[in-house]
Amino acid sequence: MLFLHEEVYFYSMNYIASIGSYFLMLREVLKKPTKWPVMKSLILKEIDELIFNSMGIIIFISFFIGGVVTIQTALNLNSPLIPKSLIGFATRQSVILEFAPTFTSIIMAGKVGSYITSSIGTMRVTEQIDALEVMGVNSLNYLVFPKIIAMLIYPFAIAIAMYTGILGGWIAGVIGGFSSSADFVKGVQLDFIPFHVTYSFIKTIVFAFIIATVPSFHGYYMKGGALEVGKASTTAFVWTSVVIIILNYILTQLLLG
Amino acid sequence: MIEVTNIHKSFGDAHVLKGITTCFDKGKTNLIIGQSGSGKTVFLKCLLGLFTPEQGSICYNGRVYSDLSGDEQRDLRQEMGMVFQGSALFDSMTVEGNVMFPLEMFTHQSKSEMRDRVDFVLKRVNLIDAHHKYPSEISGGMQKRVAIARAIVMNPKYLFCDEPNSGLDPKTAILIDNLIQEITKEYDITTVINSHDMNSVMEIGEKIIFLKDGHKEWEGSNKEIFKTDNEAVTNFVYSSELFKKVRQMYIEERN
Repeated sequence: MLFLHEEVYFYSMNYIASIGSYFLMLREVLKKPTKWPVMKSLILKEIDELIFNSMGIIIFISFFIGGVVTIQTALNLNSPLIPKSLIGFATRQSVILEFAPTFTSIIMAGKVGSYITSSIGTMRVTEQIDALEVMGVNSLNYLVFPKIIAMLIYPFAIAIAMYTGILGGWIAGVIGGFSSSADFVKGVQLDFIPFHVTYSFIKTIVFAFIIATVPSFHGYYMKGGALEVGKASTTAFVWTSVVIIILNYILTQLLLG
Repeated sequence: MIEVTNIHKSFGDAHVLKGITTCFDKGKTNLIIGQSGSGKTVFLKCLLGLFTPEQGSICYNGRVYSDLSGDEQRDLRQEMGMVFQGSALFDSMTVEGNVMFPLEMFTHQSKSEMRDRVDFVLKRVNLIDAHHKYPSEISGGMQKRVAIARAIVMNPKYLFCDEPNSGLDPKTAILIDNLIQEITKEYDITTVINSHDMNSVMEIGEKIIFLKDGHKEWEGSNKEIFKTDNEAVTNFVYSSELFKKVRQMYIEERN
């Protein structure tokens, strides 16, 4: 019993120390900025790596998720009293409020997050980060800051995900014979509240920051060799997802509750 | 010149450096030797400012590292060049990009001035046609030379090398040793090399510091190491039959 108590204490302290280190890292990221011409090229490179290279998977996933949401909604609306336009309405609400920002961010935590952790972790293992530090470069600013700035573009990717999600729903609804095109479009336009899109973009900006910084933290402070780089990527994905889910709840309560 | 006074460094319960006091002279190749686990790498990382000693001071030409502010410490680091054991070249950059990196970060030179400087240092380390190759496309010896070129491109006052010969064939190892020594003399810099290689000790060890269990066991030159009676040093340096014979020949020659 005492042993269990000590173990819980040890892990709790470990988590608290990690949270503290994460915030100290964020402070360090903003110190001694890298020269602008160098930073500019790094930011453009990261936009290419993190955003443009992810567009294919974002469009693919959101298209099919939109389709599945439409089919499932249609199959659950059996009553003739419920108008068919509700299928378009439910698809729009699900995609804009939840699937595009949160579901896509979880996928991005896996794709982009593991890329960030493994690239920074490999630099740690091969002493490239030590090389930066020895040269007098603020390695955290050099490595993490461009990723944070690049991820500011992320809401644009989510806007595309919203569009393709609804498009996927419309195609699945019409081709599958669940709804007519006019009914679906009518549903999509029904009771539209612009703040829902704003809410979604606010969430996306927060998730973008988490996707850029939590995996960077796990990569930067990892210890060991190649095997540990893989472990750090997995841990980073788990923690990024956990933080996104918790913040999703808190932001929804704050903004819509 | 680097003056080290009574530095201590621990990791948890492990007391790795136990009060090392020494001095690394300008224009000389200073070697740190010792068995694995003797604290060489930790000592070198303390000199580089990557580890902070709990006690003692490290003074770079009158500037005590621990007394400097964060920005001053980073400025001082720009006067240092480092050759890592695994070269630590940036994988995503070409040879030219790696060598140009410090210039891009810390100088306001034009692209053509930077290219001229890169050409000069790459020529200095005998690398002529590798500008556009990536680190993964060149040999270990070439990677070491690129690392040396990157370390000297900013005209450093201090050059640190962590086992520069590891993983190299004997002939390339000698070339790298000679190159480091030539550069040390040519630019009158303070060079500190962490080495396991006894050839390096004999060839370029103008000042040698032998570490044992985290403290300085012996110091002297490559000439004095032949004459020393220190048991720990002789057990370490003359552990191979070849070096025992070399020492015997040296002593016989002297007599």
